[in-house]
Amino acid sequence: MIEAIPTQFIIIFVSMLAIMAFVGLNAVVLVYLERKIAGFIHRRPGPYEVGPHGILQPIADGLKLVGKQIFTPTGADSYLYWLAPMISIAPALVCFIAIPFGPHLQVINTNVGLILILAFTGINVLALCIAGWTSQNKYSLLGAARDVSQSVAYEIPLLITVLSIVFMTGTFNLFDIAAGQGAWPWQWYIVYQPLAFILFFICVLAETNRAPFDLPEAESELTAGFHTEYSGMGFAMFFLAEYAYMVVASCVIAILFLGGFQGPIVPGVWWFLAKVYIVLLVMIWIRWTFPRVRFDQLLNICWKWLIPLAVLNLLITLAVIAL
Amino acid sequence: MSSMELRLDTRGDYYARNFQPSHREGSLILNMGPQHPSTHGVLRILLEIEGEYIIRADPVLGYVHRMHEKMGEVMTYPQYYPNPPRTDYLHALAWNWAHVAAVERLMGIEVPERAEYIRVITCELNRITSHLLWWGAYLLDLGAFTPIMYAFDDRERIQDILQRPTGSRLTYCYYRFGGVSADIDHRFIEDTRNHCAVMKERFKMYKSLVTDNFILRKRVEEIGEISLETCRKYGATGPVLRGSGKAYDVRRAEPYSVYDRLDFNIPVYDTCDAMGRYLVRMDEMQESIKIIEQALDTLPEGDYILPKAPKRPKPPVGDVYFALEGARGKIGFHLVSDGGKSPYRIKLRAPGYSNLSLFSEVAQGTLISDAVSILGSLDLVIPEIDR
Repeated sequence: MIEAIPTQFIIIFVSMLAIMAFVGLNAVVLVYLERKIAGFIHRRPGPYEVGPHGILQPIADGLKLVGKQIFTPTGADSYLYWLAPMISIAPALVCFIAIPFGPHLQVINTNVGLILILAFTGINVLALCIAGWTSQNKYSLLGAARDVSQSVAYEIPLLITVLSIVFMTGTFNLFDIAAGQGAWPWQWYIVYQPLAFILFFICVLAETNRAPFDLPEAESELTAGFHTEYSGMGFAMFFLAEYAYMVVASCVIAILFLGGFQGPIVPGVWWFLAKVYIVLLVMIWIRWTFPRVRFDQLLNICWKWLIPLAVLNLLITLAVIAL
Repeated sequence: MSSMELRLDTRGDYYARNFQPSHREGSLILNMGPQHPSTHGVLRILLEIEGEYIIRADPVLGYVHRMHEKMGEVMTYPQYYPNPPRTDYLHALAWNWAHVAAVERLMGIEVPERAEYIRVITCELNRITSHLLWWGAYLLDLGAFTPIMYAFDDRERIQDILQRPTGSRLTYCYYRFGGVSADIDHRFIEDTRNHCAVMKERFKMYKSLVTDNFILRKRVEEIGEISLETCRKYGATGPVLRGSGKAYDVRRAEPYSVYDRLDFNIPVYDTCDAMGRYLVRMDEMQESIKIIEQALDTLPEGDYILPKAPKRPKPPVGDVYFALEGARGKIGFHLVSDGGKSPYRIKLRAPGYSNLSLFSEVAQGTLISDAVSILGSLDLVIPEIDR
């Protein structure tokens, strides 16, 4: 008779599988949405050939990526080179365990949920750094260098804006933050903290390397940035990780500012997904609308505008709380 | 020389080896191109960078050298028709015109008035397609993907219009010695008029959506300042020169065809930066529309080609130079004839070649992103530069 496996372990194991499925499914949906919305904005049909309205296009893309030759550049440290995409995707999956998808749908209701997410998303920088360094490609190296300075710079205003919400609610627990807001839009924290919302959104765009801050992979300058040399599933992992981080970021935005799973009539899970997807749609919309900023401008925005504004917002929040 | 040094020395090609020795401590040599998304073709630029700043930039040419000049010397005059349009495939008709007009000038052929008007209309339509493509591709360089789709939408419609008389969509070969190969019909005129009206509305949209965009202005204003002195030094022409404050346009400076009868402005901006060149091109498209509408209003009846135009011309001994305004600047066609069936010598002056020459001076000390922006604002067509 073997000893019983701890229940907690089974829960985490099953939920990790569920999260991986969720991330995979989300990536499929997002790839399709991104291309269809890009098509809509460009006034072209977008993917249309594979399946009705091109609905099977992401699957065809996935199959193509799986079938590609795995290629390691000459002189690259192949161990680190292939470790990088894995380091990129793994923390993204961990982030999901702290996210309350609904009133009863959360893997671990932990008191440090927000810190956990911020800490694990920070690991991505390491992955991109390794990828850029081991690729033996100057463009990759430049992309990685850009990513490190960008991520380090933008984490500061991100944390400060998060702090203003935390001081307001008095907790790092994501469930409590979501539960503290009401069902209707005027009860959400976006109404109390509009500036924080804007700052947080800009920082999220920069942290997830989305346009107009997609400098680490600026294709017209650095060909493809840090993943220039990656082929097949190596590239697919980075791609998946990018979308996973987008979803994590949208989830956090939905929880902190848009009331999380709170909403009238239908169950909370649907409200949560709807809010997450609205945020994602806005991110896609921005990507296909704006040109890319220049690198020094990107850092100037952060150091000269976002950080002072975030600090100001925090001080105002503190003053209001103290009163 | 030790074996290590020898190994280092034999790396790279001729250009890289000659670029490498003088590099500074701590800098990085970066090969931008020949396969790079923003060099638009097979231009290669050797960059010495320190961080993101460019210390030196050196363009390497010749990857699509196709010996167009030599081909002109071994082919007969009519056989050479399709070659010039293939040098600058974006403003093909201007090159076609340069070739045809040089031969006409040498032989003293009088082109019928209707043919001249048709040439003006089609050439200006082609200029708009060229500028539209530049506009889209430039914004693509700056990271905005959407405008090129809108630009292509308009461009496709103009190509549809041009397809009717010319029979092709990109490398037009429409002009003949003494006129054009086919007459334009009422449908061409109708479509052109309609599209001109549409384009005027589109320019308003382009302005509000793209030109006034804050991020775009930050990326192009005060970037890549080319002084008039630099332009003169390198012989830059076209929108590059006009963006530096000199109102030089071959259509006005050395009027050819019927341009002296048409009323249009030469857009000039004296900001000398990428925005100046951007605005010059945007305005130029609107001026082209003005020219087309005037030409359509005053289009005379008559022959579209000289009935007695020589099919296989044998120009007299002598040489001739014909210059006209292409989308990228002054196109020159120098032709020396020895009285035979094919020219003795052909020299093509490509505006892009001179415009690119000033790049290494202007790019010094800028960021890589700025270099991309400057390179885009010069509007280079590599096959034209390499010929």
